[in-house]
Amino acid sequence: MIQNSMRLEFPSKSQNESFARIVVASFAAQLDPTIEELSDVKTAVSEAVTNAIIHGYENKIGTVIVECKIEGNRLEIIVEDKGVGIQDINKAMEPFYTSKPELERSGMGFTVMETFMDELELFSEVGKGTKVKMVKVFKSVKVEE
Amino acid sequence: MKEKLYYLENNINKDFDCIGEEMLLRISLDTRDKTLIVNFNGELDHHSAEEIRKEIDKIYFDKGLKNIVLDLKKLNFMDSSGIGLIMGRYKNVSDNGGKLFVVNASSRVDKILRMSGIQKIVQICESLEDIPDNI
Repeated sequence: MIQNSMRLEFPSKSQNESFARIVVASFAAQLDPTIEELSDVKTAVSEAVTNAIIHGYENKIGTVIVECKIEGNRLEIIVEDKGVGIQDINKAMEPFYTSKPELERSGMGFTVMETFMDELELFSEVGKGTKVKMVKVFKSVKVEE
Repeated sequence: MKEKLYYLENNINKDFDCIGEEMLLRISLDTRDKTLIVNFNGELDHHSAEEIRKEIDKIYFDKGLKNIVLDLKKLNFMDSSGIGLIMGRYKNVSDNGGKLFVVNASSRVDKILRMSGIQKIVQICESLEDIPDNI
């Protein structure tokens, strides 16, 4: 069974959104994913990192942490910020809800993550930060006993 | 003559790069009568959307245009920031009595567009040729 992990830390600058999704996609490449699976992961990571930057740190500079773990055909991705936290998690996860309509946010971030990944969990505490845990199961990988 | 692209005098057919060394997203702008045609090339995310929307709005309002066509043929990545960008331009165009069209979306981009239900308000066409001449 493949086992591997990595941890990435970077300042919450928007130009790091593409950096983060490319790094995670490169790490996932060892699972020999389909293009579709890789695109799903890239899109979900982009959403989570963007949330950390614009909502977690509200465009002040903080540290975004991305941790990935591979176990067999499962890729677990945790995107974490130590920012302001989310007041109402259920509301934040509603499709089309955005706390920042003035930034032309569509409110679709969590919906995209939920749709493209197999599991999604959200942990947040006001004043402490937010952690998004996502899992992608790569169907193409044969799990060896 | 209808098929010909009409360029405005002062370099409207300019390329704009999203600021940043990596050139994540490049757009080129053309006009056909009162319609602005925006060609996307690269990756559309929160970072690149911020700069690009300003460029689109500037030309649209400065030149007094009516409709916008967003050509996504060379767009190889888009997250939900793209939906925000399309919705924002839809609002501008509607307030101005015009129409917004999205053309050449890849199956990948189409998946995100349909997830948002945007196709209920914005016309998604397969190619530029599918857009009616008299919009």
